[in-house]
Amino acid sequence: MQRLLLILFSLFIAYSTIGSELRVGKNQVFHSIEMALKMSQSGDTIFVEKGIYIEPNLLIQHPISLIGINYPTIENNKQQEIITVESDSVSIIGLHLQNIKVSYINDYAAIKVNRQKHCVFENNRLENTFFGIFLKHSKDCIIRNNYIKGNAKNEMSSGNAVHLWYCKNILVEKNQARNHRDGIYLEFVDNSIVKNNIVADNIRYGLHFMFSDHDEYRGNTFRSNGAGVAVMFSKYIKMQNNHFEFNWGSASYGLLLKDITDSEITNNIFKQNTIAIYMEGANRVDIHKNEFNSNGWAMKIYGSSMYNKINQNNFLNNSFELGVSGKSESNNFDGNYWSSHTGYDLNKDGTADIPYRPVKLFSRIISRIPSTSILMRSLLIDIIDFAEKVNPVLTPDNLKDHRPSMKIIDYDKN
Amino acid sequence: MLKIFKYSLFDLIRSNWSIAYLAFYLMVSSSIIYMNGDITKSIISMMNVILLLIPLVATVFGAIYMYNSREFTELLLSQPIKRKSIFLGQYFGLAVSLSLSFILGVGLPFIIRGIITSPELSNFLVLIGVGLILNFIFSLLSFMVALRFENRIKGFGLSLFIWLFMSIIYDGILLLILIWFESYPTENLAITLTLMNPIDLGRVLIMLFLDTSALMGYTGAVFYNFFGVWQGILLSIAALSVWLLFPIYILLRYIKKKDF
Amino acid sequence: MIRIENLSKAYHKNQVLKDVNIKLDSNKIIAILGPNGSGKTTLIKSILGLVIAQEGDVKFNDQSIVGEWEYRKQISYLPQIARFPENLKVLELIALVKDIRQQEARDNELIQYFGLENELKKPLRNLSGGTRQKVNMVLAFMFDSPVIILDEPTVGLDPVAISRFKELLEREKAKGKLIIFTTHIMSLVQEISDEIIFLLEGDIYFQGSVQDLINQNGSTKLESAITNLIENSHA
Repeated sequence: MQRLLLILFSLFIAYSTIGSELRVGKNQVFHSIEMALKMSQSGDTIFVEKGIYIEPNLLIQHPISLIGINYPTIENNKQQEIITVESDSVSIIGLHLQNIKVSYINDYAAIKVNRQKHCVFENNRLENTFFGIFLKHSKDCIIRNNYIKGNAKNEMSSGNAVHLWYCKNILVEKNQARNHRDGIYLEFVDNSIVKNNIVADNIRYGLHFMFSDHDEYRGNTFRSNGAGVAVMFSKYIKMQNNHFEFNWGSASYGLLLKDITDSEITNNIFKQNTIAIYMEGANRVDIHKNEFNSNGWAMKIYGSSMYNKINQNNFLNNSFELGVSGKSESNNFDGNYWSSHTGYDLNKDGTADIPYRPVKLFSRIISRIPSTSILMRSLLIDIIDFAEKVNPVLTPDNLKDHRPSMKIIDYDKN
Repeated sequence: MLKIFKYSLFDLIRSNWSIAYLAFYLMVSSSIIYMNGDITKSIISMMNVILLLIPLVATVFGAIYMYNSREFTELLLSQPIKRKSIFLGQYFGLAVSLSLSFILGVGLPFIIRGIITSPELSNFLVLIGVGLILNFIFSLLSFMVALRFENRIKGFGLSLFIWLFMSIIYDGILLLILIWFESYPTENLAITLTLMNPIDLGRVLIMLFLDTSALMGYTGAVFYNFFGVWQGILLSIAALSVWLLFPIYILLRYIKKKDF
Repeated sequence: MIRIENLSKAYHKNQVLKDVNIKLDSNKIIAILGPNGSGKTTLIKSILGLVIAQEGDVKFNDQSIVGEWEYRKQISYLPQIARFPENLKVLELIALVKDIRQQEARDNELIQYFGLENELKKPLRNLSGGTRQKVNMVLAFMFDSPVIILDEPTVGLDPVAISRFKELLEREKAKGKLIIFTTHIMSLVQEISDEIIFLLEGDIYFQGSVQDLINQNGSTKLESAITNLIENSHA
């Protein structure tokens, strides 16, 4: 009898709120979001009031907006996936989603989307998550202004804060992504933009591109991640106005480039990274107007990296400016400012009159025998480097900046 | 000892050498600050100057002083005073006068530049501390050499060789050893050999405090984990103390039997 | 006062003193003579504890001096070469020595005696050799020590200063002191010494009064007596 009443009542509610609002809360008709979802119809808006909701997996199968008021806390009753979106045009805004357990079989996420478009995830707080926001085969979505903090301990048992797989036209903007394996992960993602995010303290990479083309990221800050950004097997990537800071550790990079072509790296600041840019198999990458400040290595160019242009960058106080292995003749290093350059400019044209050779002999020794780094800044090393500079024997003769700038290059750092 | 110390110091701080040394340091620090503009960079540049020149100046100055005061030392020895007091007094007079020139010469330009209120103050103090320790160690070494060898040419030669050895040759040998044992993990060997040379130790300590970009990668982490924690710092201080106390012990033993 | 017993000293293989035995008593001026390298300075330095002998002992008032330093309160010493810290002033040097000894000193009297009043505020590096030797004299004579040891005292002194020095020496002897000095100037020896110790290759070759030495050699002058002595020893 009770059950029948409830159904009748629900039907009544449902019909009376077509295209309008459902409210979930302690003193509202719906005490659970699951029930509100069941009763909702396309185009409805569900408001969830502040409170703690332990729910089964919330399956959204028609276009609705799910909006939290004062960040209601939602948890899955088995600590598995909280919200699964199986409809286009779903918006999820202002929720506090938490506590998702680590699984080695399923990629449990706070929000997962499969084969949908026009979704919006905005202003949510995600905490203690395995995966945060997970999009598969989706397009035209916006992930904005979310705070996503995980609890990752090691690479094996952790997921990514934002995970995009086979997506197109996604905008990831103004989020904070912390303490996951990767902050933002893109695999087979094209024509997407990642901008103005703060990505910090992730175990592996802050931002990770795999097989993704025609994307751009700008205005982001990558701080204290295993590596700031890794761009692998991708092409036509624009990287602008980002900060890569304090990516410091035994194998840490500011920016790792592996098998990437036809891309652009401009106006970024690399500060205090173990290696600011590491490139392997990078071709036709245009690196200009960046600042490399106080890094262990400003750039390491390995493998078959060819036809790259490194121009008009400022290299300031790096322990080593450049390390190379393999052939590097086709890369162009002209017109940069090197703070360790002691050149002169007699004809006052703003560029030094003699070319500058950024590869030091000691940098080659230290690459082969890392424990020699204990001799950094010793007189012996200065002597060795000076001798090599005067009479190059072991460093590549043709690798030089033919027009090194005498002054720090001024450009808009935004 | 204090009496001898007082008069040696009085004598030394008025010598032309001390004044020249002070002027030299004023000039070098001012021009480094002027050329770098930035105070952090100035401190790093000063590091190279200090690691090279403090041991050299202390060596040369120590030997000159000892040879010049030989006859006066004889006069002192004929007075009712212990040998120990004479030589410790003279040594500390020498080391302290050198240290004063150094502190004033480097300190004044940096104080004018505003180091006291700068966040770099602690780094600057590390730099000064390392400079002082090297001063004390190398003036002691040349003091002993000058005491041991009455022939000035021999004494100067040996003092300069000690400086050259510690500044450059030792590092060359260290580099060759590390290259030789390339296929083995040599981090601990590198640390041990660094602890044994006060100039290297001073350099690594300064780098750990103010120039972390210099020590990087996996090995940098190993070094940092050693020198950066308090056990490592204590061990470094212990190593530097041994460099000071052991020669003093040798000195005191030697002067008991020495003829003048 | 001072007894030297079986004293031997060698620098490396060079035997400088060979089993020397001497008794030195108060109220005497004793000249230690001998050719260069005969061991004069080493003998003096052994008494002062500057040189440490391999064998034998030096006793000061019947106490061995080995490892001791307090007995030097009773000795004044004038070293051979008057080189002082260059940048100290005369006054500061005198103050230093007074500071070390903490004994009654008559420095002002001696400064006047040697006419050093105008030199007191000058740094020692600016003084002439003779003036420095006068400062040396002040340092040696300003304390009332029972033993005075002088190594080549007249080097660099002008005749006026030498006569003042002799006068001073006589006055000190009159106080019953033991005065030991070395010199190469035989007239000075003849004039002031009561006893001669003649060293040759580390041995005491002669010990006695000036008159004894002259008589023994049958010559009339000390200088020729000593020349004879050396020539005989090589014969």
